Amino acid sequence: MTRTHLVESSPGPSQTGRAARSRDAAVRPFEEIVAEHGPVVMRVCRALLGSVDAADAWSETFLSALEAYPKLQPGSSIRAWLVTIAHRKGIDQLRGAARRPQPVGDLPELPATDAASAGESSMDDDLRAALDALPPKQRGAVIYRYLADLSYAEVGELLESSATAARRSAADGIASLRKHFSKGART
Amino acid sequence: MSDKQIIDRVTNAFAGAGGFDSDGRLHSRLAALAERQGLLDVSYRTIDSPLGLLLLAATGEGLVRVAFSCEDHDAVLARLAGAISPRILRAPGRLDEAAHQLDEYFAGKRRGFNVPVDLRLAHGFRRSVLEHLRRIPYGVTQSYAAVARAAGNPSAVRAAASACSHNPLPLVVPCHRVVRSDGTTGEYLGGPEAKRALLAMEAAA
Repeated sequence: MTRTHLVESSPGPSQTGRAARSRDAAVRPFEEIVAEHGPVVMRVCRALLGSVDAADAWSETFLSALEAYPKLQPGSSIRAWLVTIAHRKGIDQLRGAARRPQPVGDLPELPATDAASAGESSMDDDLRAALDALPPKQRGAVIYRYLADLSYAEVGELLESSATAARRSAADGIASLRKHFSKGART
Repeated sequence: MSDKQIIDRVTNAFAGAGGFDSDGRLHSRLAALAERQGLLDVSYRTIDSPLGLLLLAATGEGLVRVAFSCEDHDAVLARLAGAISPRILRAPGRLDEAAHQLDEYFAGKRRGFNVPVDLRLAHGFRRSVLEHLRRIPYGVTQSYAAVARAAGNPSAVRAAASACSHNPLPLVVPCHRVVRSDGTTGEYLGGPEAKRALLAMEAAA
């Protein structure tokens, strides 16, 4: 064995060409997407649907995302993409058009209602009711701007309006909530 | 109440107590649904071993990658995403049997592996080398020259060595049993010490 051979066979898991290609395309394993964005998608699902249906919506959102993920354009905002999917799942569920969850069979069980464990019902029923009472665009703008931290441009696209309209809807929504809470004398 | 207080209240209200998916049930359910719907192209898990943390990854066809921690598991997964598919989730189920057999191997209770393997990461001559390596019995060593010959190209000794050092399935495809003609151990993905340890373990059994 020559010295050259030792250099050539030094540890290096796969062909360098392939490694370079995957870096260029910035292909991230979907597991990383779930780990990074799972919490924000759950917050959005809870806000859209309440704790009881949030877990199903979360699973459906990430299943749809997993299916489409290989075709996602490089450079897309993954958070905005996921929140858009969650938004559509939310609309489906609210319309009652969502397929009922399949029989779970041997699937790991979900927390029965994580409302109880998360203490949301005691925490902020008030806010939930006030948020649900907002007109849909305001409610959407508040959730997607402040809970999902999307830009106004992204919120506008999601709500099929403009960045300007989204900014106004979010401001109007927050103003309504403020009015509601100052009236309610609850701090 | 100020706008800021309202916004804080909104952001806090849906965070949920006790952290996100702290018991991992949501994730397990996602992985199980993905598997059931045929959307899980690569699943992976890690196991502890005397050689450190090992990454095991499998496609629907079988075990496709075993990686030592010195290879950087995140980097290995990123390369799998590029080479096979980015539909990758941590999902132990598909890998339980391989994990169990590796445990037995390290405990000295197993001399061969009986799990489906997927050799798609190796092509051409490299693949022929791996096919041959699978037939080298426990506790036996072979020279790179002998491996090149057995894989059908006696003059391709360096290519055979390269195939060993790029083996996507170390341990299970026992490239550690290939040594240099002068009797020294030679290179190994997991480092020369790991290779010496494996050879010593097999020789003592």
